[in-house]
Amino acid sequence: MSLISTLARLEAVESGRAQPLATVRHRHVAERPLVLVPLTTAGEAGAPLGALVGTDREEPRLLVVPQPRDRDLRFAFLADLAEAVLPYVEDFADDVEAAERSETDPETGKKVKVEVELCADAPQLVVPGRAGVEYVRLLGRSMRFRRTAEQDPETPFPAPPRVPLLGRWLTHYGERARVPGSSLLLAATDLLNRHWATGQSSLEDQHLGALLAWIDPPEGASGAEAALRAELGRDRDGQLLCPPAGPATDPAFDNRLLAPAVERYDRARHALASAEDGEAADERLGDLHRAEREIRRLVLTQLRPTWHAVWRALDLVRALPPGPRVADRWTRDRWSFTGHRDRVRAGEPPQPRRDDAVTAANKLAARESAQTQLEAQEALDDPLVMAGRRLTGEAFVGEVVEVTMAWSESKRPAPRPLLTVRTDDLPHLAEGVKAYRSLEGKPQTAQFVRYEDDGSLVLRVLDRMGRGREPAEGSVPEKGDRLVWTLFEHDQRVGPKLPDPEETPWTHGGPPRADATESPDPVTPEDLL
Amino acid sequence: MSESLGSGPVRRPQTTLRHRLAELRGPASAPHPLDARALAALAANPGCRRRALLDGAGVDKAALASALGAPSGFGQSQFAFMRGNAFEAKVKADGGAELMRLLGVAEPEDVRVPDLTAAGPQGRAARTALALREATGAGAWSLLDHPMLALEVAGPPAYLEPDAVVVHPDGRWTVVEIKSFPMIDGSADAAKVGAAARQAAVYVLALERVAAVTEGASVAHSVLLVCPKDFSNQPTGSVVDVRKQLSVTRRQLARLTRVEDIAAALPEGVSFDVEACSPEQLTASVEAVPHAYAPECLAACELAFHCRDRAREAGAVEALGRSVRGELGGLTTVGAVLAAARGEAGDPDDPAVAALRRAAALRAESLQEAAACR
Amino acid sequence: MTSVAFDPSAEAARATREILDDTLRGDARGVVVDSPPGAGKSTLVVRAALELAAAGRPLMVVAQTNAQVDDLVLRLAEKEPELPVGRLHSNDPDPYDKALDDLGNVRKSARAADLAGLDVVISTAAKWAHVKGVEPWGHAIVDEAYQMRSDALLAVAGLFERALFVGDPGQLDPFSVVGSDQWAGLSYDPSASAVSTLLAHNPELPQHRLPVSWRLPASAAPLVSHAFYPYTPFRSGTGPGDRRLSFGVPSDGSGPDRVLDEAAESGWGLLELPARHTPRTDPEAVRAVALVVRRLLDRGGAAVSERSADPVPLTPDRIAVGTAHRDQAAAVRAALAELGVGGVTVDTANRLQGREYDVTVVLHPLSGRPDATAFHLETGRLCVLASRHRHACVVVCRAGVAELLDEHPSTEPVQLGVTVKFPDGWEANHAVLSHLSEHRVTWSP
Repeated sequence: MSLISTLARLEAVESGRAQPLATVRHRHVAERPLVLVPLTTAGEAGAPLGALVGTDREEPRLLVVPQPRDRDLRFAFLADLAEAVLPYVEDFADDVEAAERSETDPETGKKVKVEVELCADAPQLVVPGRAGVEYVRLLGRSMRFRRTAEQDPETPFPAPPRVPLLGRWLTHYGERARVPGSSLLLAATDLLNRHWATGQSSLEDQHLGALLAWIDPPEGASGAEAALRAELGRDRDGQLLCPPAGPATDPAFDNRLLAPAVERYDRARHALASAEDGEAADERLGDLHRAEREIRRLVLTQLRPTWHAVWRALDLVRALPPGPRVADRWTRDRWSFTGHRDRVRAGEPPQPRRDDAVTAANKLAARESAQTQLEAQEALDDPLVMAGRRLTGEAFVGEVVEVTMAWSESKRPAPRPLLTVRTDDLPHLAEGVKAYRSLEGKPQTAQFVRYEDDGSLVLRVLDRMGRGREPAEGSVPEKGDRLVWTLFEHDQRVGPKLPDPEETPWTHGGPPRADATESPDPVTPEDLL
Repeated sequence: MSESLGSGPVRRPQTTLRHRLAELRGPASAPHPLDARALAALAANPGCRRRALLDGAGVDKAALASALGAPSGFGQSQFAFMRGNAFEAKVKADGGAELMRLLGVAEPEDVRVPDLTAAGPQGRAARTALALREATGAGAWSLLDHPMLALEVAGPPAYLEPDAVVVHPDGRWTVVEIKSFPMIDGSADAAKVGAAARQAAVYVLALERVAAVTEGASVAHSVLLVCPKDFSNQPTGSVVDVRKQLSVTRRQLARLTRVEDIAAALPEGVSFDVEACSPEQLTASVEAVPHAYAPECLAACELAFHCRDRAREAGAVEALGRSVRGELGGLTTVGAVLAAARGEAGDPDDPAVAALRRAAALRAESLQEAAACR
Repeated sequence: MTSVAFDPSAEAARATREILDDTLRGDARGVVVDSPPGAGKSTLVVRAALELAAAGRPLMVVAQTNAQVDDLVLRLAEKEPELPVGRLHSNDPDPYDKALDDLGNVRKSARAADLAGLDVVISTAAKWAHVKGVEPWGHAIVDEAYQMRSDALLAVAGLFERALFVGDPGQLDPFSVVGSDQWAGLSYDPSASAVSTLLAHNPELPQHRLPVSWRLPASAAPLVSHAFYPYTPFRSGTGPGDRRLSFGVPSDGSGPDRVLDEAAESGWGLLELPARHTPRTDPEAVRAVALVVRRLLDRGGAAVSERSADPVPLTPDRIAVGTAHRDQAAAVRAALAELGVGGVTVDTANRLQGREYDVTVVLHPLSGRPDATAFHLETGRLCVLASRHRHACVVVCRAGVAELLDEHPSTEPVQLGVTVKFPDGWEANHAVLSHLSEHRVTWSP
């Protein structure tokens, strides 16, 4: 943690309210995001208990699995989830704009511009916390290899038609969430933690209720008091006032409320199955519905507070003005969405269980470059973030006190003006170190030359001054200008192109087997307890 | 055989310490076992004296926390509990055939499953030791279902109950740890695997003491972790090398002997007897042993909420995370740090103070600049 | 342990012979050589390069940094001035050491095609990764292969048929600034070291070890070997009396002088300052480091070694200061400048990798810290700091590190399928600390 954010935390402790860590919004928040609050069954992987999902905060769709160990009910839930999520996703697929992408021509080996489609906007999923992101991945993994009856008429337990497709989309979103600065799938806690420092630790900040309590405490309460209530407050029946944001539920809820309700449901189902005549069956069906309604009611009590908390978090973050470079990162997200849309349309198989060597290396390289880019962009967008870089000597703010024109010593002399800059910051400068400033959104490079006796420093401007002997209008800083210089680059260099997977070298096991298609997870009757 | 663990010093007879710890716990209550949670708390905060003493004395920290008015909040869902039990039963079904398959033994001739029932933990531990000796001598596969192991740490022996121990025909003993978190595509939650490995390492240590007096026996330093495969209820196994966890646990348990020093430093009248003491007395007793609260305790120690309150009251910066201390040098409280940052206190030549002042100035400048832009 | 007398030169020569034999005449696609600190890795690389060139086998050499590349070019030219060498470099300004301009047979270019046909072409892994569409080389030498990431090897492995991989497994591991847990346990985890991927896929490759450190003195090799290479021990090339350090000016009785005497006598010295939690740039510790260096020079230090019978004066260029963090290095530089000392190398462990000095002064990574983090416990960092010296190493540290280690939580996650790496940071730190405590000089500045 940087000292500036440590200070913000300490100030939050003292004031009883969260303190800003950013002066602009650093993530894209969609106009119409899809919020998903999932709950899972304790101790069982991929056995959803319920979810609230939707784009309308007033009218979420409630999905509940009354008996999570029943495969059919699970499938019904996933089919409903697909119906809640896929139409939203597909809504964005056809609204496209023309864009260019450079590709390597397979015959000439030259780079050529190709006209392609880029989706004008992309669907955005918001979950309560990091565990929710992880759960999206898990759901994606559990669904994408399932086979529908149409795909495989022989499969003993066919999945509902759209479930594998939902699995592929959730997998894509889960994977994209690992790219620093991406916004296709966001955790509300991450959104808040990026922009505010609370008076508690980052571990405690993973609790959405406690986090919101610090940022937006109720009238008259301090953040600390409100957070404590959110963490530990229980009603007379021992139930948490602020249920966990999931997907795990509170054991007290499971044991005291949910388990008896599920048991009633099981009994009612059993009774219905053993009904001997129509009249008894009708009556018992009524019991079953009542039992199911009760479970739905219980699950809703656990989901609803989190649902509102996520929307509240979105309100708070939306109130911040967006950073200028956020749109650039969102465009990358749109490319990611468009790319997956194209793969689905092209009939490609689902994402494999584990990446091959080349894919893994490409992903890692892309994420590292996204990380450096994010750090640079956030600093350029936000003086408070830049302050952190100034503190560590990676950037400085200074006033130009003198400009001396000079030229390069070549046949066609180009301008290389010298700037004398006065700064109170302590940048890590040494001879030849480059410094960059933003000129009309593009980086202009200068090189450190020397320190003057009075401590001011001399920079030589190297580029972006046009082709003539005289620098272009406005391209050289003027005396009195107060400028931000960074020692880090503003844009990322393009990394090397890795071999195609078919050309994986011997050091990495050679090409992956072409015949190894991913088979679906085996399903056996004993899977369920 | 030396009673010391690994490189630890040879200790004096423990009777006085044992007696003292029993007094602290309350003579009426049985010592709380050194269970998975206690081991997790040890791993998360080995430097905490409060935890060391309470665990060393076998105090039920959950009960103590409730009595102090800061209940722990740990609990287990009965869904998870039932599923865990059902899974374990499945793994051990058919006289251990499934487990043997996971160990890579295709068709074991016959697997012996000795009866380990006996009265009380002491009796069960003795029965286990006997069964281990017989199994080792038999030169066949044996599966010990829930054996009982004793590990003398500081005071009374701590009893440990691994899920299973497999004795190989060659006399090697392998700890089997059965967990209900899934292994999906060959990988599992690394934090949970880490906890399981630390837990298993303690079993290995306890087994090594039995092996030392059992002819032909040795204890494998790799354990078999068994989990449900993917989204099914089918067991799958992974061999986990616990050599690192073993050396860590060995030295940490050796340090537990410091319990003696901690106990010796207690003032008169300290007691953690939840039955006999009032909340005020308990609070005062707990206060008599210093804590080393850090947010990691919340997930590991029953007393964490109590200690957190105290740490926050004292304005300790660690309450915000251990890493917060890193750049603050000798400043340890929220008040002192803020006063230094504001120039109200602190030596400007101290680099921590100087850095704080620069940070505060830069922060204020940027916030003003941003406000002016609005 | 055998009681047979250990002849370091013969052992080292035997290892080198086997390595060259496998490289030049073996049929394996790769040969892996582990080299502990100062075991003659560069010498081996130069020799292998010359022999491959002499055998008419076109060779590419992959190193990790530009400094390493330039150093290799200079060493090759020194041994064999006539050898046609290509230095492939980047398009940045000042892409290579100007000293290369004086070498007649070294051709420099940013394009691989310009260097085609030369006996040896040398560049960094980063630059090689951009080379496309060329005829693959028959042979490659990959230097510092343990510090190279698996994905970097993936990018260049298509350029050669077979390769000699040389490196030190005890130094700092490669790392990534973003999470890579999702690939943990995969044989080709892109964030793992190149060697671990290579061996996971090609376990049958011959593996060798250079058994003798020519750099580390007899006082240091056993400790470094035991603490950082517990399963692959090595010995020092010199014996206990072969290296001596002496001073022209006697001790003034101060802490720095006493610790220097201790280090001159035993090869190690621990200057222990009173326990206190401090920020990273602890002014007292920084000043103590600078004072030790100042006194080292003032007292007319001189070194006797197998290289020369006469004492060689200890000049600033033979001294280095090592720290964990860059700001610490900057603070030490400032403190040295204040004391009027120039010409002494002051750098972080990362930048000291592969370098060698007569005496090193180390600011202990855990000195004054309120908490030990994985970064500070990393074995490679301490290993680099404790193994740069030919004569003596002085460590400056605040008291209390042993307690700090005891209180360090042990909640490391465990990834299934990942080979456990030894030694563990705690154990290594403890081993070094307990050895240092035998050479402790306590001092309150």
